[in-house]
Amino acid sequence: MAEPRVPHSNLPPPASTVGVVGWLRRNLLSSPLNVVLTLLAVYLLLVALPPLLRWAFLDASWSGDNRAACRSGGACWVFIRVHFDQFMYGFYPDGQRWRVNTAVLLLVLGAAPLFVRAVSSQFKVRLGLGLLIVYPCVAFVLLKGGMIGLPVVDTSQWGGLLLTLVIAGVGMTAALPLGVLLALGRRSRLPAIQTLCVTFIEFWRGVPLITVLFMSSVMLPLFLPAGMNFDKLLRALIGVTLFQAAYMAEVVRGGLQAIPKGQFEAAAALGLGYWKTMGLIVLPQALKLVIPGIVNTFIALFKDTSLVLIIGLFDLMNIVHNATTNPEWLGFSTEGYVFAAAVYWLFCFGMSRYSQNLEKHLHTGHKR
Amino acid sequence: MAEPISTPVKPPFWNNPQVRAILFQAIALVVTVAFGLYVFDNTQTNLRRLGIASGFDFLSSPSGFDVVQSLIPYSPTSSYGRVFWVALLNTLLVSALGIVLATLIGFVIGIARLSKNWLISRLALVYIETFRNIPLLLQIFFWYFAVLRAMPSPRQSLSLGEAVFLNIRGLYLPAPEFQTGFGWVLAAFGLAAALAWLAARWARRRQRATGQQFPILSVSLALLLGLPSLTFWLAGSPLVWQLPELQGFNFRGGWVVIPEMASLLLALTLYTATFIAEIVRAGIQAVSHGQTEASLSLGLNSSLTLRLIILPQALRVIIPPLTNQYLNLTKNSSLAAAIGYPDLVSAFAGTVLNQTGQAIECIAITMTVYLTISLLISLMMNRYNRRVALVER
Repeated sequence: MAEPRVPHSNLPPPASTVGVVGWLRRNLLSSPLNVVLTLLAVYLLLVALPPLLRWAFLDASWSGDNRAACRSGGACWVFIRVHFDQFMYGFYPDGQRWRVNTAVLLLVLGAAPLFVRAVSSQFKVRLGLGLLIVYPCVAFVLLKGGMIGLPVVDTSQWGGLLLTLVIAGVGMTAALPLGVLLALGRRSRLPAIQTLCVTFIEFWRGVPLITVLFMSSVMLPLFLPAGMNFDKLLRALIGVTLFQAAYMAEVVRGGLQAIPKGQFEAAAALGLGYWKTMGLIVLPQALKLVIPGIVNTFIALFKDTSLVLIIGLFDLMNIVHNATTNPEWLGFSTEGYVFAAAVYWLFCFGMSRYSQNLEKHLHTGHKR
Repeated sequence: MAEPISTPVKPPFWNNPQVRAILFQAIALVVTVAFGLYVFDNTQTNLRRLGIASGFDFLSSPSGFDVVQSLIPYSPTSSYGRVFWVALLNTLLVSALGIVLATLIGFVIGIARLSKNWLISRLALVYIETFRNIPLLLQIFFWYFAVLRAMPSPRQSLSLGEAVFLNIRGLYLPAPEFQTGFGWVLAAFGLAAALAWLAARWARRRQRATGQQFPILSVSLALLLGLPSLTFWLAGSPLVWQLPELQGFNFRGGWVVIPEMASLLLALTLYTATFIAEIVRAGIQAVSHGQTEASLSLGLNSSLTLRLIILPQALRVIIPPLTNQYLNLTKNSSLAAAIGYPDLVSAFAGTVLNQTGQAIECIAITMTVYLTISLLISLMMNRYNRRVALVER
């Protein structure tokens, strides 16, 4: 009689393909070339990381209020501590800085509901429009003063991160609508409008921002009637906005071109006019498609604000640079630039992450 | 009783789309022209008031200042027109070098980003996310003020084999000095290139006719390297390297890369390479995996698959955005003005403008040059793009 068949219990997978060992074999040591590359990378990390960590953290000086506190050989973060207020507010008068803080606080409180998924979209639209229209006026009164008993703080005293955020914020809110209009103009069937928009876009995209800023500082006075002059900050804002609007227009055009013709025809069949077709049917779809492009343009704009240094505005970049040339604090330029880089990095990286998040959330399954 | 049929009312003429189109365009044109005339009139008045004579006559008067880097002979007695050419060449030099280096680094990093090796792809990611989220100007300042300004004085230079020196004045490289007879080497190189081209043509035809392959790559390499080296040896080595030497307080001889150029180039390259890397990654990922599988099932090995199947299709996706990056790099090279590298914006739209006061002319010339470069590069790339573009039914 045959032995009763006893089923063998399932064997576990080989030890070399699971767990830490399996992961290592799969991801780091899968072929001779990969072994070599891994070893090379590990060597590079071993050479570069420890001195970097020692400089930035272990040997760094954190406390104190003059350069004598920096004798440890590592990074002198005291330099940043001492100048921190200046880096944030520029030359904004000491006693008035609560106004900047209030403006920022208002923005954060006002914008926070926009980022909460639970809030209804109707409320979000109203809030967003309110922020776009009301908030700039409130912020302007708060920062500039001269009304409701606030002393005037001239824009030449604005500086540091405050100025960077003002330029970036105004640039973004103005460049997007302008870019949408330009893109619509470029796709328009009216030849005169189309030519004007194409010329405008190609001109601004063909020249570097720095020449635009140069132009706004040396040529604008020639273009205006005698006696009329713009504030330096306003000139920079106009330059940055027009420049980025041209890039924004190309991004939006990409989205417009991706909308199938049937959508236009269906809208026309329903009896919608041009602006209703665009506003209700085409743009909502087109803008959603190009969110990554729009955010990329925003990031580029944020980084480009550093160029206002050329025309002598003291944004974050320039104020840090200025502090490193202070005779009392010579030799700490690395710390200064690393700090500025970290601030810019946080904003840009944050924006790009948020856009990826938004893209995933808005993804409604049309993409194939 | 039937309802009376209402006669259709003709809509008012301002609701006629054709009338509207003409009206809107007319308004746009009138506003634009009026604005242009207003600006032109203001400018005329202002120029007359300030006593500035417009025109391009100033280009022929002597400049009276020196330029730290010039590819063509230049002295303070040269004209402003000469400054323009010096500045333009400096812009083109740094852009061309930047484009080559950024492309090389960008492709390597982009491919590393796709590597199956976890560590390598993570390192590439860290590099990309770090450098592209920091303003270029800040990077230029960092390299210029924090790194190159911290280099030792010429006497304590960092040296590499007593031939390459790095100090606060710049990077000193050995310069080649061509003796008589070097022309033969160049001629041999030209001959080798022509032969390689002919061989490639012959090999391609033979493969089409008979299916037989020819090791064209190794043959061409042998030709291109072998023939010039042989001539070089026969002509009696007509090339000496002139080494930089410390004389007094500074180095003499050799090639010098000034710190402004070095930091600008470094920052431009590292910054643009991150964007190129992302473009390359996206391009390669855009080729569907089925192409690789189909190619492998046809019996092509992995390197042939990469060369004949994946790259040609990926390049189609890569080229247009890559062109944009080249344009961006060229335009970004104008940030040189911030550290005083004598490029077009810094030397011409900066120094010359300040000395002559001819703001409109200088800015107009500068902008025209950048516009021309932009249009030329996009024209060239459009042509290439049309050649590799997908031909559909």
